[in-house]
Amino acid sequence: MDKSVDDLARAVAPVTDGASVMIGGFGSSGIPFGLIDALLEQGATGLTVISNNAGAGETGIAKLLKAGRVAKVICSYPRTPGSIWFEQRFEAGEVELEVVPQGTLAERIRAAGAGLGGFLTPTAYGTKLAEGKETRVIDGRGYVLEAPLPADFALIRADRGDKWGNLNFHATARNFNPVMAMAAKHAVAEVRELSDAPLDPESVVTPGIFVKGVVEYGVRP
Amino acid sequence: MNVMTMNALDDAQLAARVAQDIPDGSYVNLGIGKPTHVSGHVPEGREVIYHSENGILGVGPTPASGTEDPELIDASKRYVTAAPGAAFFEHSDSFAMMRGGHIDIAVLGAYQVAENGDLANWATLDETYPPAVGGAMDLVVGVPKIFVMMRHVNRDGSPKLLKRCTYPLTGLGVVSRVYTDLAVLDVTPEGFRLVELTPGNSLDAVQAVTEARILA
Repeated sequence: MDKSVDDLARAVAPVTDGASVMIGGFGSSGIPFGLIDALLEQGATGLTVISNNAGAGETGIAKLLKAGRVAKVICSYPRTPGSIWFEQRFEAGEVELEVVPQGTLAERIRAAGAGLGGFLTPTAYGTKLAEGKETRVIDGRGYVLEAPLPADFALIRADRGDKWGNLNFHATARNFNPVMAMAAKHAVAEVRELSDAPLDPESVVTPGIFVKGVVEYGVRP
Repeated sequence: MNVMTMNALDDAQLAARVAQDIPDGSYVNLGIGKPTHVSGHVPEGREVIYHSENGILGVGPTPASGTEDPELIDASKRYVTAAPGAAFFEHSDSFAMMRGGHIDIAVLGAYQVAENGDLANWATLDETYPPAVGGAMDLVVGVPKIFVMMRHVNRDGSPKLLKRCTYPLTGLGVVSRVYTDLAVLDVTPEGFRLVELTPGNSLDAVQAVTEARILA
């Protein structure tokens, strides 16, 4: 088995117009900048982007927004300082926004990857973000029924990977990357280093079964 | 009496006051903004382990200039270090810590707090501005002690401690204690109860800039 891919363009080639694409990262940490640049070059448009933030400055997701490739953003925090492109597109009514509490976002993604039909969470019970959702009271406490959130593709960033697709991460660059790899039909990882030797099984955080392709992109932002 | 003529703690003094109430051995999440300053004021001799929802337990001090790691940040997106005994983990584990009742105390900012403990800290009534919730709603349902740290009144003098919140809620009945520049108040089944006044202020003066009733 060899999941290594020799360049970023080939790694993102399968992404189609209108696809849902999970993009790892929190703040500027753990974002697959190389894969995002390659996706921009590839040209897919009308995308639904699922990520914690909605890009900042002129990099990452902000580039996709600037180029008009994004139809919808599902995220927890679109207002990172410098999210100018998201704000412009949102104010112009060009991008739809679904705001999801951060833990609910992570768990919806995990549920999709784990084959669950949803889950009950106390998060957002009684608030605007639970409007229209089914609720239940268990032992006197209110819960909201949340649906799994799958995606067609996931673009993730890891520290080291091997040709079996096994990945590990560095510091807080892990964030959403492992759950997104699980939840997408086709997850590709850019790694700082593609190891010739297999990773030590004890060090593997994301097992290769969740990953379709691994491409080396040595730049650490 | 208005706020301008009252004795008010500055941000550092307020952070130091909150820090007094963080016990040794606590697991603590500090919200973005003013709460991040609390860690710098915890009294010597107490070991407090800071959780940041982006996947680190054991947030250490700011790194020396030139040693920053762009992949080691906190939830405020500031460069941090990993303290001795720190751990890294992915997002669903991080929120299991928060929702699952494993974190002892969270310190958050707020737009409004109501006398029934309702918290509004994620959205205003301005619909043209994109709302951003982050991890606040997950924290408030799972962390047993929610401390709010904020100015007592808005810039225009209008009250932030209300009978009922007018902004969209983050959580219902979740706030334990409120620390403002003018006073410390507990949320009790009867409403806000005074813990202490910033020295030099009278209860009448603080009550005059508070919509909700303050029980002595």
